[in-house]
Amino acid sequence: MEITLNWYLSLSAVLFVIGVLGVLLRRNAIIIFLSIELMLNAVNLTLVAFSQAFADVDGLVLVFFVMSVAAAEAAVGLAIVIALFRNKTTVNVNEINLFRG
Amino acid sequence: MEATSVRLILLLPLLGAAINGMMGLFAPAYRKQETIIGAIGTLAVAVPFVLTVLLFLGHDHGAHIVSTYTWMAAGDLSISFDYRVDALSLIMTLIVTGIGALIHLYSMGYMHGDGGYWRFFAYLNLFIFAMLNLVLAENLLVLFLGWEGVGLCSYLLIGYWYTDLKNSAAANKAFIVNRIGDFAFLLAMFLLYQAMTTAGVAPFGLDFTTIFENADVLASGTVALIVLLLFIGATGKSAQIPLFVWLPDAMAGPTPVSALIHAATMVTSGLYLLARLSPVVLEAPGVMMLIAFVGAITAIMAATIAITQNDIKKVLAYSTVSQLGYMFVAAGVGAFFVAIFHVLTHAFFKACLFLGSGSVIHAMHHVEHDLEHKGVLPSSDLPYDGHFDAQDMRTMGGLKNHMPITRWTFLISTLAIAGIPFLAGFFSKDEILFKAFELGYNGATWAFVVWGIGIVTAILTAIYMMRCYMLTFEGRERWPGAMDTKPHESPWTMTVPLVVLAIGAALTGYIGLPPLIAEVLGTESWIHHYLGAEYGGPVAEFKAEHHVPHLTEGILLGVGALIAVVGVWLAWANYRKSGLETDNTIRRRLGAVYTLFANKYFVDEAYDATVVKPITEGSRKGLAPFDQNVVDGTVNGLAKSVSGLSGWWRGMQTGIVQNYALALVLGVVVVVALMIFV
Amino acid sequence: MLGPILFFVFAVLALVGALGMLIARNPVVSALWMVLNLFSIACLYLTLNAQFIALIQILVYAGAIMVLFLFVIMLLNLGEVPRLPAFDWRKGIAFLLGVGVLAQLLYVVALGLGVAPEMAAATEAEANGTAAAVGLVLFTEYAFALQIIAVLLLAATIGAVLLAKKRFV
Repeated sequence: MEITLNWYLSLSAVLFVIGVLGVLLRRNAIIIFLSIELMLNAVNLTLVAFSQAFADVDGLVLVFFVMSVAAAEAAVGLAIVIALFRNKTTVNVNEINLFRG
Repeated sequence: MEATSVRLILLLPLLGAAINGMMGLFAPAYRKQETIIGAIGTLAVAVPFVLTVLLFLGHDHGAHIVSTYTWMAAGDLSISFDYRVDALSLIMTLIVTGIGALIHLYSMGYMHGDGGYWRFFAYLNLFIFAMLNLVLAENLLVLFLGWEGVGLCSYLLIGYWYTDLKNSAAANKAFIVNRIGDFAFLLAMFLLYQAMTTAGVAPFGLDFTTIFENADVLASGTVALIVLLLFIGATGKSAQIPLFVWLPDAMAGPTPVSALIHAATMVTSGLYLLARLSPVVLEAPGVMMLIAFVGAITAIMAATIAITQNDIKKVLAYSTVSQLGYMFVAAGVGAFFVAIFHVLTHAFFKACLFLGSGSVIHAMHHVEHDLEHKGVLPSSDLPYDGHFDAQDMRTMGGLKNHMPITRWTFLISTLAIAGIPFLAGFFSKDEILFKAFELGYNGATWAFVVWGIGIVTAILTAIYMMRCYMLTFEGRERWPGAMDTKPHESPWTMTVPLVVLAIGAALTGYIGLPPLIAEVLGTESWIHHYLGAEYGGPVAEFKAEHHVPHLTEGILLGVGALIAVVGVWLAWANYRKSGLETDNTIRRRLGAVYTLFANKYFVDEAYDATVVKPITEGSRKGLAPFDQNVVDGTVNGLAKSVSGLSGWWRGMQTGIVQNYALALVLGVVVVVALMIFV
Repeated sequence: MLGPILFFVFAVLALVGALGMLIARNPVVSALWMVLNLFSIACLYLTLNAQFIALIQILVYAGAIMVLFLFVIMLLNLGEVPRLPAFDWRKGIAFLLGVGVLAQLLYVVALGLGVAPEMAAATEAEANGTAAAVGLVLFTEYAFALQIIAVLLLAATIGAVLLAKKRFV
């Protein structure tokens, strides 16, 4: 049995949707962050799979950049979570509604 | 050379207005520099006057068009800032700049110490600019621009002392009443354009050249309607029945303004318009009859009011209305050049009278200040109830000993306007009456009626003007504390213009000698030859088929001179000793009629009852509910529905980020679905 | 026969890690499940012959980012989140949308988008995934983007420091 590109892509899709559900369902800001990381990883998997399927190095470079941005995002995002926690003593996004109209 | 001169003549006053206006506005320190402000303002008019004189001396008696630039062009319609230099516009420009320059000089003395000195000169220069646009324009639209411009300046200057609500109200009244006339003027222009282009005249830029060349393509009914509308426009600007009510109130402005705008120049623009379009006006004899009657009735009505007035400026204001009525009589009987002749002579003697009254008021103000300083005022020792009024002739009297220059110039001008032989008013007024008589002699019986009214008005004029002089300068000194407090003659900046204008008032008549005298002297009427169309000038006139016999003409001249002399003598004899008692005697004798005169025929009250009240009441009762319920209701309803809707939508902004994420994912699903399936 | 077996093993591990992260009530447990997931994905990269990216994945994600997460969780001393009521309208919609997204993605994958479904030759892929191959492109063709990323990281560092400072908010 040959493992084709579609297997990887399907796996990536399932992982991505798990990430989406995490963002939509969990109320802990840090878990939401983790879910976002999961989504990024799912996309990275797609990129790597494509890149290796066609032996094109550009996709790998893009993954490299995504990781860098993810690192930056995690740093800033966690700093925001800390700042929020300091003010509200919670990381439950349901209790943080500063944008309420 | 000519083009440069015309441009300079127009631009210098504008420049003067700009300098004084802008510097005064943005550099408060400049406002105190009265000498510089006054010098700039006066030179901005005096230099154009010199240029106009040069232009006048080098004029070849033809019409020259000076083009500057295109104002607007749309399709066949192209309006340019073109200016027309011909005999008529030169005469008018000479009056405007010449008398304007003198009055600017006078204002330097009169307005001394006023906080708005710079503003005054800026407005005055702007007025001269607008007036020059009016008289030099080659097309009706540029003329209208000047027409509106002088209206604006008139408004600004009447309301010059705007801290007094009364003055602002007078300014508003002048502006609104003028707008009624302007509306008719606009309609006349629309109608003229529509009629001309329909008749196939193209391109037509409302310019006079084209109008004169194609005057015959218009149907006579159209011409009559156009002339009627133009005349209504002229009644607004030139204060004729029914729109004369603004002019007496316009005396709220400073006296030099009354002299320049409300006597010598702006109010004559209606006459100028009719004279300019005289070839067209002559095509509408029915309307001309109306013009003559309106003029005559205005003349006698204003004259009767003038007799009863005690405010020196009000007398002169009604006198102006009356004299303008004379001019319209001249226009109505087809003697447009005589109307312009009277404009010229009237400009001199009426400007002189107004400036003289200004000089008197100036002196009486000083008396008032002195009296207040000495504690005499407020005083109960006044010839009437109320406060001391520097313009009220009842507190004057006997000024001839203290103000000799003012007195003599005022007297000369009074005699001139009364029509005493061989002064300016005698020639111009008599010519008007003669022309009316001549028209009647040629078959138009109605012209005799006009002539009769003119004769009566002439004697009234002599009486009320002499009364004004007598009350002011002769008799007992009637202000409180007259023993110790004396008025003084005005400074040279004010007396020099008086002297110049008085000389003009005495001599300008000789440019328009009556035919009989001219024939006897072996000369001719210069102004007739200069302006008249039959001698190549721009002003057309009614051609008399039958000439009045010399004997009749001589008798008419004699009658004119006689009534003037009689009128002056009557006033002199009755007011010499005790003027106020004579007034009371007249009031007793005339009874209700006098009340009618003194209350200005209740015209203001009639307008108030028939026009102003219905409009304001109608607005309050009919339109206010409409405004409050329908207009406001719509606006408020819209606002309420928006705020209601937004309140509902606001519920969606829960502030919970996951709801937004939910919406975002929903959007993604929809968009991807569209990309896949569509 | 090793290839498919390795794929399925790590695929299952990755799914288990992801679901564990999603379901666990305790954030620390969630983060640890996430580590498993990231590790499995690194191994999947290896099955694709992308050695460089696999190493970076472990270094950056497992080594740096996840440590940061755990550090923050422990710093804030976050306990378990209180349970929600059994049914929440938002939960239902979220599930529906998740299913929708999954269906669409799988549909697109099944459609194949018109690209060739076969993998390139194993040797080619192997040469492609080396650090040398990636580095060569990264420092030549993408040198500018690399610089920008460097600036971005610097900015993120400064931003994180500022945001986390006590007096800032």
